[in-house]
Parts: sequence; structure tokens; C-alpha cells
Amino acid sequence: MAAFAYASPLEKGWYYLHRLICGAVLLYLVAPILVIIPLSFNSVPFFTYPMPGLSLRWYEEFFLSAGWQGALHNSLFIAVLVTLLSTALGTLAALGLSRPNFPWRAAVMSLLISPMIVPVVITAVAVYFFYADIGLLNSYTGLILAHTLGATPFVVIALTATLMGFDHSLTRAAAGLGAPPITVFFKIILPLILPGMVSGALFAFLASFDEVVVALFVASPEQRTLPMIMFSGLREQYSPTIIAAATVLILFSIVMLTTVELLRRRSERLRGIRR
Amino acid sequence: MIAGALAATGLMAGALIKPALAGDQLTVVSWGGTYQPILRKNVFEPFSKATGIKITEDVYSGDIGKIRAMVESKTVSWDVIDAASSGAWIMCDQGLLETIDWNKVGLDRAKFGDAGKFNCGVPSQINRTIVYYEKNNPNPPKTIADLFDTKKFPGKRGLWKNPYPNLEWALIADGVPIKDVYKVLNTPEGVDRAFKRLDTIKNDVIWWTTGAQAVQLLANRQVIMTAAWTSKASNELFETMWDAAQGGFSWWAIPKGSPHLEEAYKFLAFAGSPQPQADVTRDAPYGPANKDAMALVDPKVLATLPNTPERDAIAVNTDFAFWIDKGDELRQRFNAWLAK
Amino acid sequence: MATMAVQMDGGPDKIPLRLKLQRVERRRKLMSFTLVLPLLLFILIAFVWPIGRMMFNAIHDDTLLTLMPRTTSALSAWDGKDLPDESAYAALVEDLKQAWARKTTGVIAKRINYELPGAGSQVTSSARKASTLSAGPYRSTLIAINPIWGQHDVWIVLKRGHSAYTAYYLLRSFDYQFGSKGQIVASPPENAIFRDVFLRTFGISIAVTAATLLLGFPVAYLLATLPTRTSNLLMIMIVLPFWTSVLVRTAAWGVLLQEHGIVNELLITLHIISRPAELIFNRVGTVVAMTHIQLPFTLLPIYSVMKTISPSYLQAARSLGAGPFYAFWKIYFPQTLPGIAAGCLLTFILCLGYYITPALVGGAADQMVSYFVAHYTNEDLNWGMASALAAILLGATLLLYYAYNKLVGVDRLKMG
Repeated sequence: MAAFAYASPLEKGWYYLHRLICGAVLLYLVAPILVIIPLSFNSVPFFTYPMPGLSLRWYEEFFLSAGWQGALHNSLFIAVLVTLLSTALGTLAALGLSRPNFPWRAAVMSLLISPMIVPVVITAVAVYFFYADIGLLNSYTGLILAHTLGATPFVVIALTATLMGFDHSLTRAAAGLGAPPITVFFKIILPLILPGMVSGALFAFLASFDEVVVALFVASPEQRTLPMIMFSGLREQYSPTIIAAATVLILFSIVMLTTVELLRRRSERLRGIRR
Repeated sequence: MIAGALAATGLMAGALIKPALAGDQLTVVSWGGTYQPILRKNVFEPFSKATGIKITEDVYSGDIGKIRAMVESKTVSWDVIDAASSGAWIMCDQGLLETIDWNKVGLDRAKFGDAGKFNCGVPSQINRTIVYYEKNNPNPPKTIADLFDTKKFPGKRGLWKNPYPNLEWALIADGVPIKDVYKVLNTPEGVDRAFKRLDTIKNDVIWWTTGAQAVQLLANRQVIMTAAWTSKASNELFETMWDAAQGGFSWWAIPKGSPHLEEAYKFLAFAGSPQPQADVTRDAPYGPANKDAMALVDPKVLATLPNTPERDAIAVNTDFAFWIDKGDELRQRFNAWLAK
Repeated sequence: MATMAVQMDGGPDKIPLRLKLQRVERRRKLMSFTLVLPLLLFILIAFVWPIGRMMFNAIHDDTLLTLMPRTTSALSAWDGKDLPDESAYAALVEDLKQAWARKTTGVIAKRINYELPGAGSQVTSSARKASTLSAGPYRSTLIAINPIWGQHDVWIVLKRGHSAYTAYYLLRSFDYQFGSKGQIVASPPENAIFRDVFLRTFGISIAVTAATLLLGFPVAYLLATLPTRTSNLLMIMIVLPFWTSVLVRTAAWGVLLQEHGIVNELLITLHIISRPAELIFNRVGTVVAMTHIQLPFTLLPIYSVMKTISPSYLQAARSLGAGPFYAFWKIYFPQTLPGIAAGCLLTFILCLGYYITPALVGGAADQMVSYFVAHYTNEDLNWGMASALAAILLGATLLLYYAYNKLVGVDRLKMG
């Protein structure tokens, strides 16, 4: 809007209308998330304002009842293992893919990303039939592997994006100076890709932590995760405890988002990208 | 080949994380919620005490797909399941359940009445799907026809997302006497008539799939009345309307290929016997399926049961032979009707 | 090769440089491929293979072939015109007896019932009675037991059972079925739903895509033209929902859109409506919640394209006398098209597979294909139907994914 100084009234009108529309859209995006947070502190089990009083009783129920805590524990356990597994697999693959002259790069890449694109119900049902055959139904192993499937594409995407700006002459220079490949990896490559790796890992963590459809199919009540309990709860009734659980998940997301943003800035600084 | 190798590694990997299972025990699966603790207290624990067989509990939500997957892949880890109406029929029909050998159970099949005619389970309880409405309602529904009358009773009503009891109720509301319902429903014209009647309220229905949903709909006043399974909490919260109440049953059933068949039969024999069936009625508003249990029920509780003589007289007794035959067809049509 | 190498290099003991380079190159390629291999194998075994197997289920059904082997083979020579001969009836009795003894009648009845609604129960009752038969003639006895065996249709179904492959499930997915002579006919209207379901899935996806574009474009433009510091701040408002679980966001909409929920209360307080509007368990709720979830997917690619458009084009157009709207439409907008295509295509692809959101905030008539895949898997136990519907959905998704790769490139997939 550099032309604002000599703009016509019509243009000025448009300018403000545009801002108004944008404000409304941003409100639409953020309001639902922000509006439910205070409701989780409501003293009565209703979802309207004004709230008659404040209370921590729903958080008490969330943090003290065995059902919710078992689920939270399961979710964390599963998500941590999924993160480790998918970060290892995804990092290796991204390193391979980003080397110059990788054969059939586009095809391989789109295959590796496809679990993100294929409708999740199809993945869930297919894996469910498959697990029934090989005896992995209703097991932690099965659930972790299935979640790894959905989480790894995030790592691959985050890392290939980081590696796209990667200057391969650095590794060649190091090798030329006599450094063995292991040293090259730990001294040159790792520090540069670490921010991408961590943000990929965080994405992977969230992908598993928030996943519900695959879990509904392949997990038994023994492996029940937080989203599974929330989903069955939401189908029955909107209890304030579910909203408290949702608030905890939102806080989780905010912490992760902040971390990723800080890492991105650091990474851009390291790679010398200025904005 | 590939599948075999994968199966081996899969089982190994599964074994690594799963705790090793101890010998003499039985995995019994029910519906969770408030019902399972009642079973634990009145059935599971007395059974373990009497037989020394330990019970591991699991919970399912009627997702019988899992049971089929287990049976077909011969990886059955559930020994006894608490199966209710349509799920039980479908599973029995598809050969996923053991056919009960009543000699092995050692109970008199005739004591279970209609419920005992089912081939794949020992009846556990009698329940009813009835109509609940708010207390102090100045315009209370009195008959099932009122559920279908949107003029006299304007507003949303809650119904079970299931072909029964809705098709039966639609016919009764349309003037078919209760005793002729299944005769009419057995004809194509009867089915058309039932759907036509349902058409008239389709826009005024909120469908529910779980017991808690039905209660919530009424508690939130999203509906003026709702069909619901009887429950203790609902009986206290709301008024009940017993006209054309749909009788349903639950059965204890054994998935084919259960690794603990002997113990499972012992459980069926115990759970079907009068004492535990009578004990359950103290905490849950269901009727005992075993007629001998009626004598053992606390007299104070007797009047609150869903199968008192007065309530039985006006109820629709589910003809599950009919539903086994026609269920598949009608479910297909009902789902198609819903999705339009 | 060796002589050539000698000629080129001139020394007998040295490996020529070209070959050496080729070898190094090959080793590098191998090395990079080895790095990708673990994930590639994992995806192939745990993802591609299971999906492939499931797709196979859409056309593979050997129920009748394995459970009624005698009948199906006796019918293979039958011309399908008159009723089959006595030997087919004898085979049928044998098969029914065996099925009765092995308790597989239910499975057979269900399979036949798919194609001939109502026939399933006749098959079961026939099997019960046939189990006591010991001598022929079987043809007249069977027809006396149940007139269905004197009809043409059921035999046609059994004859088709001779093949382990069937088009039945795929046909049903488009509301077609086999007629009484084995020809393809439209399903009766009371059972025809899948064309509706596919159209609905596409319709909802198009509506949501259009809504995200309409809402996303102005915001993307604002962000691209604002100074970095401000746009970064606003970007948080877009990325925060993006990072919040779909389940949480759907739950939030469930709370907001309830009959006595916040949106209704607000609208009533503002006197826009006098009675609570129906916002949930219908199409409105589904589209509102899905648009909310998909908006960042459409917006971000448009934004990153807009960032690369130099403002000087627009300035040049203006200084040459173009009006502001004309310049925007003719100069700026066309340059954003790659971003619009990328964002909308991605959103459309992802919308096709929605399950959780319609299940929680939609009504019975708003469920999309995914819901029916889950329903047939878990509740109806009709796995052939689940696989066929999934195959069609997957086909559409992969086609669009291919287009996305060609148009946009998978490298451009970003996550905020």
C-alpha cells in the first residue's frame, strides 16, 4: 500500500474494508481456541458466558483420575518412542534425498510423504487388517509403528527444507582437509541440520500425540491414548474435563510452536539467511 | 511367505512389550462405564472366589469388527464377551461365536424364556429401550404414537441410530397392534409403511449411538423426549414412558477360538445362575434373564425392574429370529435412508 | 571396454578417469540410496503392502468358492438359461449339509444376501432342512423345501461365485448391481446411497476449498505486504490453530455451535436472531469447522508466493496509468495463481479424507466416504464394501496427488 498517500477515497475505503475482513478472518481462526480456555475454569458444567464462578475442579479430575492419567501416560510414552523412531528414519532419508543426483528423487520423495496425503481412515483400516494377520492388533508395538508411519513425513519435510539451503561444498571441504565421514557428520552436518531435526521431531511428536483415527482402530483399551478418550467423550457428551484436557493440549502446542519458531530463527541465522 | 515372516516378527515384537500372561485366567469384556464396576462386584469377583480363576477385564464399545479380526486371524485374546442384541446376532450369524453346548453349561435353557432361544450365548440380563421426558412436563407423552406426533409434541426427539426399535415403533404409531408388528414388518409393504412413518419425523430427530448421549440430549434440553436404555441415573432424573417399550437382551458369549474354552464355560455357568443375576439388580435397573433369579431379587427392587408384569404386558418383545433373518437387509436400507 | 580404456588413458595399469568418476558417482548414489532405504522399506512393508492388500479385497471374494465348492464347480458348465440340472442340486445339498455341520451357513447366507436381499434367510432355513436329506431326487425336494431354488436369480449368484474375483463391491459403490440375468443394473432407490455420498464428499470439499480461498486470500495479501515484524506477529495467529490438534479444534466448534452455545447466545444478544439457530449436527457445522481446520493449508502457499512478487510490477502498472483495481487484477493476481493452485489443491485433497470432524459436528446426512469405510469395517463387517469404497477414495486422492506433484512439486509442501 505504498500508493496510499495519493489514493482515491474509493481506494481508501477498500483499504479499510480489507483490514476489517482480515481482522474477522483472524478472529475466526483464533477465537475458538481462545474462547474455550476460560471455560475449562468454569465452576459449573456449562459452556456459556458469563461464568458464574471459577474453579479448578475439572483440572483436578483430569490430573487425579486414573482414566485420564493412564491415557496421558500412554500418549506420552507412545509419542516419545514415535518421535525417536521417526526422527531417526526421517533424518537418514532426508540426508540421502538431499544429496545431489539422488535417483528418482521426486518419485521416492512423494512416496515417503504419501502417509500424510492418503485419507487417514484408509491407512487405519489397511493397517488394522494387516495387524490382524500378523498379530500386532491391540499392542503398543503396533500402535507405535502405525504412528511412526504418519509422523515420519513431517521429519522428512522439515529436514529436506533445511537441507535445501545446505552448501555441500562445506562437507567436501572438510573431507578434502582429511576429516573422516563420521567427523564430517558430527562437526559439520549435524550442527547445521539440528534445528530442522528438532522441529521435525516436534512435529512428529505432535502428530502422534494428537492422532486418534488409527488409534481407534488398532489399539485396545489397554493402549488408550488421550485423544481416544477425548473422542469417545465428545461423541457422548461435552464434559468440562474434556475441555480441560483440550486446554492442556493447546498449551502443549503453544510451547512447541514457540520452540520451533526460535529454532527457525536460529537456523536462518546459522545459514546466513537475512530477511 | 512375506506375511508369515512378518507374522513371526510381529508376534515377537508384540511379545517384547506386552507383559507375559499368567496361566489360569480369563479375559472378560464388557461395556465399561458405570455398568462394568457393577458386574465386577456382583459377578466377576464372586466367580473368582468360587473357582479360583482370575479375571482380566477389558472394555469394548460394541466394535465387533475387532472380534471378527481376532477370530479370522486366530489371535483371540478375549475369552468371554458381553454381547448385546444386534452385535450378538451379527456375530452369531457370521460364525464368530461358539455355539453354546447347554449340557456343558449345566443350566436349564427353558428358564431363560425367549432369550434362551439364541444359539450363541447365555442370557445375562433383560433391558428395555423406553421413552424418557423431562420431569414436570405439562404435556407428557403417553403412548408411542406421541413420539411420532410432531403437531401435538413439537420439538426435537432423540432416537437410537438403529433400525430397531424404530421400525417397530413406527408401525405401532401407524396403528399396527403390538402383537402383529413382526407379521407386518415381514412384508415389503410393511417395511415401506414403517419407513414412510419415519419419514414424517426425520427432520425432528437427533440420533444417538451411546447410552450417555441419549441422557445428555435430554439433560441439555436439546430434545423434548428421547428413546433411551433404562438406567438408574435416568430413572431418577427424568420421567419414564413404558408404552411399547422394546425388550432387549444381553448374552455372555465366547468368541470362536478362545484359548480358555473350559474356563469360559465355567464363567457362563456361573454368570447365568440365579444368585449373581439377582445381585446385579441391586445396582443396575435391568431384569435378570434367569427366571429363577426373580425369587432372589430384593422385594424393594422388584417394582423398579423393567420386566414387572405390568410393564411386560405393554412391551414389544423383540423377535430376534426375525432380526437375524432380516437384520442385514433392514440395516442396509435404514442406513441408506439415514444418509439421504 | 578394456581396449577403449587403454586407448583413452594410454597407460595399461591405470583406471581411466571417466570410469573412476563413474564409479565414485555410482558409489555416491548407492550411499544416498542406502540412507533412504530403511524408511523406504518401512513405508513399503507397513503402508504400501497393507493398502495394496486391502484394495485387493475390493475385487477378491472367495466365500462361495471355498464354502460351496461342489455347487460352484457344478454350475461352471451351466449355460444360465433354464434351471440347472439334477447334479447341481445334488451338489448344492452336499454343500449345504457340510455348511450346516461346519456352521458356515451364516457366512454363505450373508454373502448371498448382499446380492439378493432377503435370500439369506431362505438359504439358512434351506440348509437346516437339507441337513437331514439323504436321497434324491434333490431338485424337486429342494424346490419343495423353499421355492427360491426354483428361481433363476440365486443360481446366477452361485454361478458367479465360481470366480474368486467379483465386481460386485465396486459396482455397489456406484449404486449398480447385477441383475437377475447377470447384467448390470442400477440399485433399487432405497439402497442407492453411494453416488450421493461421493457427490456429497466432493461437494463439501469444494465448498470448504472455496471458503478457505475466499477467506485466506485477503489475509495472505495483508501478510505479504505488511512489514516483516507485524506480519510475523499476525502469522502466529494463523500458525497457532495449525498446531492445535484437529480433535481440540473440532471440540471447540462443538462447544461454540451448541444450541445454547456461545455463537447462538451472541447472535441472540445482538438481536440478529430471536431463537437459537441450528448450527451443529448439520452441514453448517461441518463446513464451518472444516474450513477453520483447512484455512492455513490454503493460506500459507498463497502467502509464500505473494512474498516473492516484487511490488515494482504493480508500481510500474500504476505509473503507466492503470487504475488500482485493474492493475491488481491484471498484474498482481495472475502472479499469485501458482500459490492459489497449490493451496487449493492441497486443501481439496485433504478434505476428501475427512472423518473425525463430520463425525463430531455433522449430522447423519453429512457423513463423507471415510465414515462409510469405517462403518463397513467396524459395525457392518462388510469388508469387501469397505475396501471398494476405500479403493475409489484412494484412487481419487492419488490422482490429485499426482497432479499436485506435477503442478507444485512435493518439495513445496510446508508446515508453517
